[in-house]
Amino acid sequence: MFSKVLVANRGEIALRVIRACHDLGIAAVAVYSEADATSMHVAAADEAVCIGPPMSAESYLNIDAIIDAAKQSKVEAIHPGYGYLSEKAEFAQACKAAGIVFIGPTPENLRLAGDKIAAKTIMQNAGVPVIPSSNGGVDSLEEAISFCEEIGYPVMVKASGGGGGRGIRTCADAPQLAEEFAVAKMEARAAFGNDAVYIEKVIQNPRHIEFQVMADKLGHTVQLGERECTIQRRYQKLIEEAPSPFLTPELRVAMGQAAVAAAQAVAYVNAGTIEFLVNPEGQFFFMEVNSRIQVEHPITELTTGIDLVREQILVAGGAPLSFDENDIHKHGWAIECRINAEDPDKNFFPSPGTVDDFKVPGGYGVRLDTHLYKGYELPIFYDSLVAKLVAYDRTRQGAINVMKRALREFTIGPVKTTIPFHLTIMNDSDFIKGEFDTSFVERFLPEEEEDD
Amino acid sequence: MAETKKLMQVKAPMSGVFYKRPGPDEAPYVAVGDRVKKKQVLGLLETMKVFQKVKSPVNGIILEIVAEDETPLKDEDLMFIIEVV
Repeated sequence: MFSKVLVANRGEIALRVIRACHDLGIAAVAVYSEADATSMHVAAADEAVCIGPPMSAESYLNIDAIIDAAKQSKVEAIHPGYGYLSEKAEFAQACKAAGIVFIGPTPENLRLAGDKIAAKTIMQNAGVPVIPSSNGGVDSLEEAISFCEEIGYPVMVKASGGGGGRGIRTCADAPQLAEEFAVAKMEARAAFGNDAVYIEKVIQNPRHIEFQVMADKLGHTVQLGERECTIQRRYQKLIEEAPSPFLTPELRVAMGQAAVAAAQAVAYVNAGTIEFLVNPEGQFFFMEVNSRIQVEHPITELTTGIDLVREQILVAGGAPLSFDENDIHKHGWAIECRINAEDPDKNFFPSPGTVDDFKVPGGYGVRLDTHLYKGYELPIFYDSLVAKLVAYDRTRQGAINVMKRALREFTIGPVKTTIPFHLTIMNDSDFIKGEFDTSFVERFLPEEEEDD
Repeated sequence: MAETKKLMQVKAPMSGVFYKRPGPDEAPYVAVGDRVKKKQVLGLLETMKVFQKVKSPVNGIILEIVAEDETPLKDEDLMFIIEVV
């Protein structure tokens, strides 16, 4: 087992990983940029190393600086959190070269997960249903149009090297495809340094449902059930819940098996997520593998009783999974609201500033993962996620009630947050019935101003 | 006889990192001496990973670019001085 682990991240997830280390009796080393010296993760860690200037490219994305910090503090392993370097094969490789364990998937897993076209082909060969899409990159408009006639519109043109909802253009028909195709290629090159694009059929009125998997280095792969992540804005998840109110027991079994098959097809190791789109008829399609611990992992932890981050660390150390499929007794219902420092009245634009007013919710069924404290100044350089509020109860309605109470108790000011927006959704009759698709949030938003 | 120039100050609408150009290998949006139109993009401001375009409030000529490229600005910091024409 490791005695010291470096956490190559910031914010709530760095704190989350540091806590898991401490639960295992492992010392935790934080890294921080010059803008984060007063951050909570630095205070929570046993040691902290400054790795550079505020801009992420020079600090949290700086592989050399992080490897240096790891050597200097003599850690045996690095946990990358999510975002930043977590899915960069190059980083996992650099850890390996330095004799440090990367707590996550193998460099090969990461490379494949990042290559969406290759990943899809493998899944298809493994018998996992995939969204009808071009079997490889589409080079010319002629090729694109003839392919779309085959699968039918609407379609999405997607960057092969993309992710996080970026580099995606939807086309309703051939004229629109003709207009967007070249732009999509240019955008892909600008954003991801690779102009390869592929085409995918749009699944109408879909739900986004993903399965958590966990695999050790000895060949055991277990799935820990699904997360419903349909409530999104611009492909960014806002609310997640486990289980999904949509899945029938049969569909849940079928998707769980597909998730395990998908992970095994790529010899996946450590924590990962298999994302699916599900249409209203209950057909499901593999979308992608997320090769990291995800933001929304706590809802799986609450409904399975398994600490996923702790398990990640143990598995990376070579231990077998501490549970098998029969040990997972899923129970109850968990809902997570992502609290962002954004102003819902100003088109969700970030709201930087100092947290002068801070009162946290508590009581039965509430889990709060946050790096905020009273007096903390939100740096302008990083993501606006400031807290994950998770409610748990035996039933879905019970969890909604706990969430409403917790949202009302939660005070963050004067910076604006998405707390009031979440309260609106928790009171919405369709949300309460569990009836929604990925366009659900749009009805709560004013028409967006054209910013050109 | 010297005419009094009418000057317009462009300030940061919120705190954020200022970018003169759309990408590292691209030309700056504007340079000193450029004639700009109302609503023309002058630069970008990045706040918590979200970019907003900073636009000219007037037709005019760029007299000075006060903000430094890729540096953090505070709410209301002076970014540009434009001579209104």
